[in-house]
Amino acid sequence: MLKPAHDVGIVGYGAYVPRFRLPASEVARVWTDGTGGLPIKEKAVAGLDEDTLTMSVEAARNALARAQIDVTQIRAVWVGSESHPYAVKPTSTIVAEAIGAAPFTQAADLEFACKAGSEAIVMGMGIVGSQMGRYVLAIGMDTAQGRPGDALEYTAASGGAAFIVGPAEESVAVYEAALSHVTDTPDFWRRAYSHYPSHGHRFTGEPAYFEHVVSAGQELMQELGTQPSDYKYVVLHQPNTKFPQRAAQILGFQPEQLKTGLLVPVIGNTYAGSSLIGLTAVLDEAQPGDRILMVSFGSGAGSDAFSIRVTDKLNEVRDRAPRTQDYIARRKLIDYATYVRYRHKLQMN
Amino acid sequence: MRDVVIIGVGQTRVEEHWGKSLRHMAHDAVMAAMKDAGIETADALYVGNMLSGELGGQEHVGALVADFIGLRGIEAMKVEAACASGAAALRVGMFAVASGIHDVVMVCGVEKMTDAVGDEVTSGLATAADQEYEVSQGISFVGLNALLMRRYMHQFDVKHEHFAGFAVNAHKNGANNPNAMFQSPIKAETYLRASMIADPINLMDSSPVCDGAACVILAPADGYRARAKAHILASAVATDSLAIHDRRDPLTLDAVALSSQKAYAQARITPTDVDLFEVHDAFTIMAALSLEAAGFAPRGRGVCMAVDNEIGIEGRLPISTMGGLKSRGHPVGATGVYQIVEVVAQLTGQAGKNQVQGARIGMAQNIGGSGATVITHILGGV
Amino acid sequence: MSIPRNWRTRQQRYSLKAEVCNTCNKHIFPPRDVCPHCAAEKQSWTNLSGQGEVFSYTTMYNAPAGFEEYAPYTMALVKLAEGPMVTAQLTDVDAQDVKIGMPVEMVTRKLSQEGEEGQILYGYKFRPMLREAA
Repeated sequence: MLKPAHDVGIVGYGAYVPRFRLPASEVARVWTDGTGGLPIKEKAVAGLDEDTLTMSVEAARNALARAQIDVTQIRAVWVGSESHPYAVKPTSTIVAEAIGAAPFTQAADLEFACKAGSEAIVMGMGIVGSQMGRYVLAIGMDTAQGRPGDALEYTAASGGAAFIVGPAEESVAVYEAALSHVTDTPDFWRRAYSHYPSHGHRFTGEPAYFEHVVSAGQELMQELGTQPSDYKYVVLHQPNTKFPQRAAQILGFQPEQLKTGLLVPVIGNTYAGSSLIGLTAVLDEAQPGDRILMVSFGSGAGSDAFSIRVTDKLNEVRDRAPRTQDYIARRKLIDYATYVRYRHKLQMN
Repeated sequence: MRDVVIIGVGQTRVEEHWGKSLRHMAHDAVMAAMKDAGIETADALYVGNMLSGELGGQEHVGALVADFIGLRGIEAMKVEAACASGAAALRVGMFAVASGIHDVVMVCGVEKMTDAVGDEVTSGLATAADQEYEVSQGISFVGLNALLMRRYMHQFDVKHEHFAGFAVNAHKNGANNPNAMFQSPIKAETYLRASMIADPINLMDSSPVCDGAACVILAPADGYRARAKAHILASAVATDSLAIHDRRDPLTLDAVALSSQKAYAQARITPTDVDLFEVHDAFTIMAALSLEAAGFAPRGRGVCMAVDNEIGIEGRLPISTMGGLKSRGHPVGATGVYQIVEVVAQLTGQAGKNQVQGARIGMAQNIGGSGATVITHILGGV
Repeated sequence: MSIPRNWRTRQQRYSLKAEVCNTCNKHIFPPRDVCPHCAAEKQSWTNLSGQGEVFSYTTMYNAPAGFEEYAPYTMALVKLAEGPMVTAQLTDVDAQDVKIGMPVEMVTRKLSQEGEEGQILYGYKFRPMLREAA
């Protein structure tokens, strides 16, 4: 279990979901003649002028609007993503510059498949909890790509969230503890210079997603001495609708506890942003005293589990920025051809 | 200061000169003007040009043209002020003659646009705008004019079709100009059906991409009075911000107003004394805004002049009498000199079917960018 | 845009970093050495709200070099709440829904990129107010 020397929490949070939606039925229309089940209803697609950087900036601005802190007191800007715009040149320095946190801050880009965002939060807990710095901006954001026709194309989506980690006494929700669980499990990867990821099909389930999510969640609750019934909400990494539903069930949670943070049916799998944006949707509704269990998952593989308790401050800050559901409600449906253009799948030269 | 007269003019036809380089076109125009003036050499050559470097990779065109026309050794240089480069070169030539530094000076406006492909020309023309805060955002020169036109239509409750008269008038006059790029009239329906470039600006609101060269020869009135074709009564420049977003009022061309007022004062005339106006109608909206700022129409009413009895050859104020930028063509750095050649034709009764009867005072106005440099010349007949 | 020019103007493009004139108190964007309103030379840095309204707009069908992949897109003159006007793209809006006077807010987006290997240029664009679009 990871527990900082000084209590830390979430001082501000912000989400971002792009405007465009590709219905899963569109992918099926093109690749399976419309046959077969659909893993979600629709996924969020970044526009031509959006990428992990632009979406990170907006989520960060939303988090700052809620936190209302002195931005120059941010001591680290960490962006977790598998779709950084540059292979070499940090996304995080551009975010830091855009929000006014540069120059006296740490900045780095993180990669751990879908777990890179929660990784940034755990690291932020370390900085703040050791009192090395007052605030850390931790972001999980992606413009995930699935190979055309692959099962992942139905769900690989764009979006994510930003969190300002800070001292517990300023926080809207406090981290009671975290726990990380990693193994070498080759369920999904993308080699350097490859456009699209490869995966182990059904191997991504039991030995990868379920093993890590369930173990991390169980271990954290055991070490904290909590039960599923102690939590009002549970937020899990959500690559599709079924995986988090089943994992929640195995962990002993009821569907009502999962529902608020389960966004994958309407925005898809936002990879490094997936569990983080689920948490923002929960914070948009949670009340003081509510507890939240969040468990991320990243292929390769690992999970970070967090036990979170909402404070009295949440109701004050909630409406200082758009809610996650505001972004979800802002939607424009696109067809597969437009999606192909927007996600740069057309060979132009 | 000495009074300055024009003793010779020359021009090439405005078109897509696939077979000719910038130097050949300049040669043709300069030679025609020298022949017209009856001179063998001159003291200096000022070349008005905007895009030789951007589109052709060729700067230093003053010496290039001087050498190519067989006058190696004379003073020569390029003058640049975006689309107002031609008139700017004329003004530099006038400084030289008026000051007494030179006697006979050649001013050549020349532009070779068709050596580059479409989006390169679009980007080249956009160098007249603010690169850091307009062009970097994705706007083109047409786009900037479209922003003005849309706002004008909104603010003054005007419809797009109301601008048709400017294009129809230009093409009607261009039809009788053997040096015009487009020599056929258009109907209002043609204007309304034209394809969109940056709405509301369509192809018929816009001047074409083309090549051309024109030349005028300047000399002091004293000593050349007998050979004078026209007097330069006024030459005035005014500037404004490069970027439209920095203007005091985007729909008022302050530099047009200032430049025009200075020119009227120098020539000791009022706008009603002007017999014809070669307006910078790069876009129909620029014609409307120019007519307003130059004092020919009240604010928001310039577009109302787009009818025959106002701007036609026999109208109250004939404009674009040889086709204007729309129909004669707009080889950008050459345009200001074409305008002067055309005003001289009107003042000497050489305008053929487009002759404005009894023309004594002609005004030419050349605009750089979307109104950042405005150069007004007023010529008087002899 | 050249690398130094991109770098030099980054704060203006990412976040509308502006000035306020110490003499006449008017807001100035982009920053200038001399106030365009009163010709004074001393200014202080300030942040703009990013809120404004559409003063005029056009849809670009013929894009300049470097912007072809985004065409057609909508450009606008945006009158900012603090006074200055900027030329910028509108985003997250369909061309037929744009109106003069429409309230908009600043977002940081990708402006252009120099091919697959060159630098990516980020800057301000404007979109309809998010909560009204939802």
